Amino acid sequence: MLGTEIRERSLMVGIASFGGYIPRRRLSRKAIVDANGWFNAGLRAYAKAERAICAWDEDSVTMAVDAARDALADGPRDGFRALYLATTSAPFEDRQNAGIVAQALRLGAELNTMDVGASQRAGTTGLIAALDAVAARGGPVLYLAAEKRRAAAASPAELLYGDGAAALILDRADGVARFLGSRSASVDFVDHYKGKGREFDYGWEERWIRDEGFLKIVPPVIAGALAEAGVKPADIAHFCLPCTLPRVAQAIAKQAGLSESSVRTNLDGACGDTGTAHPLVMLVHALQEAKPGERILVASFGNGSDALVFEATGALPAMQQKRRGIAGSLRQRKEETNYAKYLAINDLVKMERGLRAEVDKQTPLTTLYRKKDMLLSLVGGRCERCGTVQFPKSNICVNPNCRAMHSQVDQPFSEFSGKIMSFTADNLTYCPEPPAHYGMVQFAEGGRIMVDFTEVDAGEVEVGMPMRMVFRIKEVDPTRGFTKYFWKAAPAGGAKEV
Amino acid sequence: MAKGIRDKVAILGMGCSKFGERWDREADDLIVEAYEEAIADAGIETSQIEAAWFSTAIEEQHVGKSGVPLATALRLPYIPVTRVENFCASGSEAFRGATYAVASGACDIALALGVEKLKDTGYGGLPQRGRGALNSMYWANISAPGSFAQLAAAYRAKHGVSRETLKQAMAHISVKSHDNGSRNPKAHLQNKITEDAVLKAPLVAEPLGLFDCCGVSDGSACAIVTTPEIAKSLGKRDLITVKALQLAVSNGQEAQHNSWDGSYFATARAAAKRAYQEAGIDKPREQLSLVEAHDCFSITELVTLEDLFISPEGGAVKDVLDGFYDADGQVPCQIDGGLKCFGHPIGASGLRMIYEIYLQMQGRAGARQRQQEPVRGLVHNLGGMPHQNVCSIAIIGKHGA
Repeated sequence: MLGTEIRERSLMVGIASFGGYIPRRRLSRKAIVDANGWFNAGLRAYAKAERAICAWDEDSVTMAVDAARDALADGPRDGFRALYLATTSAPFEDRQNAGIVAQALRLGAELNTMDVGASQRAGTTGLIAALDAVAARGGPVLYLAAEKRRAAAASPAELLYGDGAAALILDRADGVARFLGSRSASVDFVDHYKGKGREFDYGWEERWIRDEGFLKIVPPVIAGALAEAGVKPADIAHFCLPCTLPRVAQAIAKQAGLSESSVRTNLDGACGDTGTAHPLVMLVHALQEAKPGERILVASFGNGSDALVFEATGALPAMQQKRRGIAGSLRQRKEETNYAKYLAINDLVKMERGLRAEVDKQTPLTTLYRKKDMLLSLVGGRCERCGTVQFPKSNICVNPNCRAMHSQVDQPFSEFSGKIMSFTADNLTYCPEPPAHYGMVQFAEGGRIMVDFTEVDAGEVEVGMPMRMVFRIKEVDPTRGFTKYFWKAAPAGGAKEV
Repeated sequence: MAKGIRDKVAILGMGCSKFGERWDREADDLIVEAYEEAIADAGIETSQIEAAWFSTAIEEQHVGKSGVPLATALRLPYIPVTRVENFCASGSEAFRGATYAVASGACDIALALGVEKLKDTGYGGLPQRGRGALNSMYWANISAPGSFAQLAAAYRAKHGVSRETLKQAMAHISVKSHDNGSRNPKAHLQNKITEDAVLKAPLVAEPLGLFDCCGVSDGSACAIVTTPEIAKSLGKRDLITVKALQLAVSNGQEAQHNSWDGSYFATARAAAKRAYQEAGIDKPREQLSLVEAHDCFSITELVTLEDLFISPEGGAVKDVLDGFYDADGQVPCQIDGGLKCFGHPIGASGLRMIYEIYLQMQGRAGARQRQQEPVRGLVHNLGGMPHQNVCSIAIIGKHGA
């Protein structure tokens, strides 16, 4: 018996904005198969195309921040009621990951933050809860889903998984896509699981997952969601269902009465399956292509199923022009053919990191808390006397012609546009992916920071290059399992395609 | 501005250990090696020293904190001993402490001694250090070569110099320093190199290659200072005195304010101006006989020669390539091999530079002796990174000059 529930929706709720983030780096699947095909010849079927992989300094939290910044664009950051983050690959088991994201985004302390996880369905389950919350209490709510799943070497998962994030701003208005209805089913169907303290998923036979799982659990949920939305199956223009098994989405569409052409690409071979974020990644991808009036059905599978129905509004085309989303992220691409490097930066192989890597990386939590606006939100100072902006903020203005005391108010730097003033590519200092690029970045709005660079390519950096600030991992303390975040400079508008 | 200390303090004696990879020596062994030479040169007893300043920068790597390691190594008789640290300019700080003590009349004879034992880290290059709790959380993942390498990027952008031309001038600097080092038996590196080898060396931090970086060495150097009157009463003739001691410290302006373009040292310019004023020098290009610049990296030396107002701004590349700073040029720079080849035991380096000027003034520099009699020498000792540093300038010369 499927657990289902029909909700009453008296209030209009919709998607006010969307954003997406897929890491620039795409690992060639041929490179993976070339390395591991000797062991498992079955992998050769996947030897085409690529998957998205995080840089060494990215995780679910940093990707969520980048997707959220896409959705927030230059809109207001105050007044948010809640921020939810769905992920099964959170860097912290006990330190609220959504709270880190909220701090990085400067959304204020009067915010209800929550991590949602523990299932591949978490992304959609959390979304339904967020929509319910908006309906009940109003918005806006920032809803994020991000995933960076680990996969064992030579597993099919290694080829099929991908890293990425999606962001939605939900509010009590039609926005760019009106929410029409949803349906859920909770079923303890264990197609795979990851036990406590385990590094990788443990999965069961794919044919059983297809026949007893997807094909039996998902169609009734879709039917229920369509019924609640009052939408006929044939009226769905975009059907988003993450599934790495071949032809399953098509079979479900047929069963549910959806048109064959409504089945959207699962982005296999582009970014790969981004886990619990993937229904939202596919939804954002659909929103970037949908026309006003079109209906979008998003469904998920994982210990049950969720399905949601949206309808694109006349406000969508204008926003399509303004968001990077998933499509824009997919265009910013750099091929990686070095599988060994992927293993190394993901700690999937024992590397000799050298004595320079042995420096103690303990984080003083008192300092981190005291300086959280500076470290996590990149807030510097602006002198109320002379207008000079500076990072970090200080008691006495840095302007030699001012030197006013206690004159500084908070000045966020994260959205400033920078240019490289000086730089180097350092082979000496320890960096998980040498050379370490860093330099002085000067901002058009004022101020400068000597800062680490990320997403730059050796030999491609020049003085004067435009840069934007991005939230990234500064370093990981392997002794204590603590991830340190700070901001870095990355080429503005994404690096060129390589 | 105060009148300064020109000719108020004389150098009574100096000593310097062999610099290099002193695998068989502890820091206290190096201290004693430098001190024995200095005390013999001064012609006094340890009991005549009334106060001491002790410089080390990375003390956690060898002697630990405080003045106790120096007092213990030399069995100083319960006199004041102060440990000083100011990045790589620590040696100059020790000299400043001792010199000011004598100039003030607080004591008659004072000792400045610096030591560094860097080769116990297990790897090449400077030790990786913590930068302070908050700094470690936001500073770029910066190394010494990586911070100084950025001078090259900014200098090129400002002066329109091609990477090739700048690399060539930097190579000339390193080849020159190796030539000079080959005539210095105490130098860490005494081999000659070719420009071709410099240009083909692996990159440490773009555009600095292996030969653009100075040696990381063990070593110690020291100075015993007193008043010119006491020096004379002790039988010293042809005194070498301190003409100027200046220090300029970054206040965050370069790091945070958009008035600095990254191609020069704001501190060096400020310190040099004050030092020339204190020493009564108005044409440094003509009045300086020798320069010991803090050539931690070849690009540092190149840029510094402009900041010291010896080469015009943007003109150091030409001067370097013309051989102006070669041992037989107009103003030899690093006639002893410099940090590049004499070596860089941090706490000792500032004192080692003064030691070389002191020897040259007395005609005691052996095979590397400058034939044209030196009158005034400048010591430039820098610590930190181009965007936040401490810069010390000492001018040493013949008494009365």
